[in-house]
Amino acid sequence: MTRVHDMGGRFGDGAVVPEADGIPQLGDWQARALALTLAAGALGQWNIDVSRHARERLSPADYGRFSYFEKWIAALADLLVETGVLTEEDLSGQEGDAPHPLADRVLKAEAVAAVLARGGPSERPSNVASRFEVGQAVRTLRPAANRLVDGGHTRLPAYAAGARGRIVRKHGSHVLPDSNAHRLGEAPEPLYAVAFPASELWADPEAPGDEVVLDLWQSYLEPA
Amino acid sequence: MPHDHHDHPHALLPSDPALRVKALETILTRKGLIDPAALDEIIDTYQNRIGPQNGARVVARAWSDPDFKAALLADATPLVAEMGYFGRQGEHMVVVENTLQTHNMVVCTLCSCYPWPLLGIPPGWYKSDAYRARAVREPRKVLAEFGVTLPEGAAVRVWDSTAEIRYLVLPMRPEGSADMDEAALAALVTRDSMIGTGLARVPA
Repeated sequence: MTRVHDMGGRFGDGAVVPEADGIPQLGDWQARALALTLAAGALGQWNIDVSRHARERLSPADYGRFSYFEKWIAALADLLVETGVLTEEDLSGQEGDAPHPLADRVLKAEAVAAVLARGGPSERPSNVASRFEVGQAVRTLRPAANRLVDGGHTRLPAYAAGARGRIVRKHGSHVLPDSNAHRLGEAPEPLYAVAFPASELWADPEAPGDEVVLDLWQSYLEPA
Repeated sequence: MPHDHHDHPHALLPSDPALRVKALETILTRKGLIDPAALDEIIDTYQNRIGPQNGARVVARAWSDPDFKAALLADATPLVAEMGYFGRQGEHMVVVENTLQTHNMVVCTLCSCYPWPLLGIPPGWYKSDAYRARAVREPRKVLAEFGVTLPEGAAVRVWDSTAEIRYLVLPMRPEGSADMDEAALAALVTRDSMIGTGLARVPA
């Protein structure tokens, strides 16, 4: 039911190692991988949910052994072939030199600032009426799973499935990743910040008053 | 689109990461799909221009101006945009305030979502399996690894960034900073204090 990226609450990962303050400095290939991924995204052949799902679909063995930017570059290569931008022959180094039909969309250096500044807002008008108000008790679906595509992308973590919480903030209506990651449309619906007591999520919570807040779409929730 | 493959196309590229990235960049450049100068520009943006100094200016202003702080906590996105901080991975900003009663801390357990226009690229630990796995279940143990001790009786509220909303923590203003101007205050604001794994520096 779950995928390996859904690791919230997992045991056995060891200590978190702090780093110096300031802007983290990337290695050469890591910086290149970051830039290549953003520049390829600007070709407009996928959305952010498709690209997140591409990383999550790496085999569990690859996901576990790849570093962060290795995941990015592997998912990018997979996406480029799946969307027909490149062929497997291209990746194997047997490509021809014919002009590419998407070449007129190439991200130029002078357009970078504007593209990064534009970003990709996810808030949309929606005709799905809001069912919940701040303070209201809700329960998440269980199991945490995409209801449109078996094994598909979802943003309800397994650790929060079937948990009772309360609405703490209404975010308006946003693109539904469960649909958008599979090119089934943006399907915007209300999004809420939902607070869960630690005792609702964990067998042995650190402190009774602690909470975890998740941003959850209306279709992940039912009244409690 | 099929969502699983027995064979992932990425396996056709060299396995060494540096060679793999170079190979893909070369293929895309030859097809006219990538402009290497644009990659240089993206790297320069995130290695030299956008970083936690942006978020620190927002925090220092909130500490200095109660009206700005109230508006920031109500609807941060337009206010930080006015200061020049908007765009990719900061499209929808929410600022959460640390108090003696509540300590906020931000994670993304499913990937590594982070408010790039305000904090830049995330540090390695933020993207680590250890942080993603543990921050929600045992935030106090994680805070201890950062050397953070909370006020007696404070509750921890961990924000798991599961949507496109990005969270910035407004740390508590430290003791001894009453006479400082915004520029001096900004120097007290660390990156980690705006993620919630640190506290603002106490002036010397």
